[in-house]
Amino acid sequence: MNKFRGFLANEEHHSFLIPFIAIVLGFLAGSVIMVFSGLNPLDLFTSFIRAVTGINLPNLFTDQSAFNARYFGEFFVYSIPLILSGLSVSFAFRTGLFNIGGEGQVMIGALAASYAGLMLNLPAFIFPIVVLLAGALGGAFWGFIPGILKAKFRVHEVVVTIMLNYTALYVSNYYIRALPDSTSTRTADLPARATLQSDFLSSITNNSRLHWGFLVVIVCAFLFYFIINKTTFGYELKSVGFNPLASEYAGMKVQRNAALSMTIAGALSGLAGAILVVGTFGYGRVLGHFENYGFDGIAVALVGGSTALGSVLAGLLFGGLKASQTIMQISRIPRDIAIIIIAIIIVFVAMKHPIKLALKKLKVEEGEQ
Amino acid sequence: MSLIYSMLALTVVFSTPIIITSLGGMFSERSGIVNIGLEGLMMFGGFTAATALVYLQPYTTFAPWLAILLGAIVGGLISLIHAYLSIHAKADQIISGVAINMLATGVTIYMAQVIFGQQRTQSFSQSFQRYTFTGLSEIPLIGDVLFTRVYLTVHLAIILVIVSWFVLYKTPFGLRLRAAGEHPHALDSMGVSVFKMRYIGVVISGVLAGLGGGILVLTQDIQYTVMSIGGTGFIALAALIFGRWKPIGVLGAGLFFGFSRIFALYSSRFEILAQLPNEVFFALPYVLTVIALVLFSRQSVAPKAVGKPYDKGGR
Repeated sequence: MNKFRGFLANEEHHSFLIPFIAIVLGFLAGSVIMVFSGLNPLDLFTSFIRAVTGINLPNLFTDQSAFNARYFGEFFVYSIPLILSGLSVSFAFRTGLFNIGGEGQVMIGALAASYAGLMLNLPAFIFPIVVLLAGALGGAFWGFIPGILKAKFRVHEVVVTIMLNYTALYVSNYYIRALPDSTSTRTADLPARATLQSDFLSSITNNSRLHWGFLVVIVCAFLFYFIINKTTFGYELKSVGFNPLASEYAGMKVQRNAALSMTIAGALSGLAGAILVVGTFGYGRVLGHFENYGFDGIAVALVGGSTALGSVLAGLLFGGLKASQTIMQISRIPRDIAIIIIAIIIVFVAMKHPIKLALKKLKVEEGEQ
Repeated sequence: MSLIYSMLALTVVFSTPIIITSLGGMFSERSGIVNIGLEGLMMFGGFTAATALVYLQPYTTFAPWLAILLGAIVGGLISLIHAYLSIHAKADQIISGVAINMLATGVTIYMAQVIFGQQRTQSFSQSFQRYTFTGLSEIPLIGDVLFTRVYLTVHLAIILVIVSWFVLYKTPFGLRLRAAGEHPHALDSMGVSVFKMRYIGVVISGVLAGLGGGILVLTQDIQYTVMSIGGTGFIALAALIFGRWKPIGVLGAGLFFGFSRIFALYSSRFEILAQLPNEVFFALPYVLTVIALVLFSRQSVAPKAVGKPYDKGGR
């Protein structure tokens, strides 16, 4: 017991203990809310497990089918854009910047990808890559604006990115509708060779929408890790995040690094938008309101501790929660409990200082034994 | 001319929640706490007001007023989360605001499911009545816009602007609130609690945002849906910046941004502007705010200590 208390009190463990505690408390609070509204919280967990593994626990050991691979495939479909927008927010966090503009960068990325997919005509082996790069460039441009305004005019990136989110909504809706053959809600289908959709992946997961986008996630997570941990550029970015004044004194170009960091963060969100077009849907969409990929990315980055691996894991957790929404609806649980749980997890991650203090108090004093 | 009048009459209705919420944001930011959770607080207020109105409307004609009062109270209570996180827990105020916004989306729709069994509240049949002030309505221009078939909430917004200006600049409380956002250590050295001033600032922002959200849903909608607020909280944030954190500026910016929204709906009626897509006018408030930020960047307009947790030992 004393060993366990020592483990909890050790500050080195807090970087993963706090997100873990936040997640547990988030699910706990969600369960309590369900009990108070007359629902069975067990349904929440069976829905979540069914969404993540495809296994339907109540049907286990009965005659009814207890496994559906489609849910497993859809779980990844939901997680892929979340991991990317999480990496985007994480990248900016590492440089001490807050990218709350993932929302807009995702939309501009999707817009650029739609244009590339519908206006260009390229051979199959290169077409999806060009479309993805177009999306990344679109997002990068949308991230560059707050970056350069921060660098040149010292305008706070948070307000600029919030304003650009709404600007992106209207800009992308107008230009999506302006494409030939667009309806008032969507573009025409992208040619199949421009997309990442795969009959093979779909067939092994019982006709889910699973696509090759997960390869993009693996590449991006690796690149994120490599740039941040193994390059001089990444070291400078982190250094600027820790202490901008000392970094400037050391001869680093703080302002340029801020602009670059926002641009790269924008590119990652733009990729998430491109993947929605070429992977999940296969066409560009006109949006009535935000879909919260950017804001969910903040949750992913916070829980993942702004690291590559953390973002992947947190993205899978929140992707699983989002994927379980459809199952919840079938079992008549209000699907919004998933959003409440994500919000409560953020609240507890934000409470890291009081939680740290509480954990430190667990430390076993000499003589207390 | 009647076209202009109807546009202006719609503008004041549309601007009312923007102005009230923006005033709320002003109290919070002037005390040193950034509140990007205005949108979420408006959602809580709007949902509460819509739900209350559905249940109260058979009993009293004052139901809409009671409904927005309840919306304001709930907004104030929810803002305590933001206050605790950003003042006591020294959390990043942006993160806390994001959490409030996300919580609002989840909780309001969840509650609608639990109470009404659907993704939105039931629709209410009667909301605020429109009043015509005999005499005042004869005043040219203003009479038509402000005193003919108008919601009293419009006047409430104007009164709140005046009261906010008075409180902020003419009372000791206002001085202390502003000091908490500019020089918290100086305030502390005078024996005034910075934490207390900031709590009050954030709760006022919650109350006003809740009120604004309630008024928005009750005057511009027939029920609360997840789209009802639709970014108005962020427009209010933009109006706060564009209005340079001042009550009169907020009034002007709120009216201007409201007009821009209405203009989007009417632009096809003007020959020269019919060429431009509606989206230009929808996006205008946000683009202008970015431009304003760049133009203001050389002066220090924002409260100096805004966004920084107060640390007694800090310098």
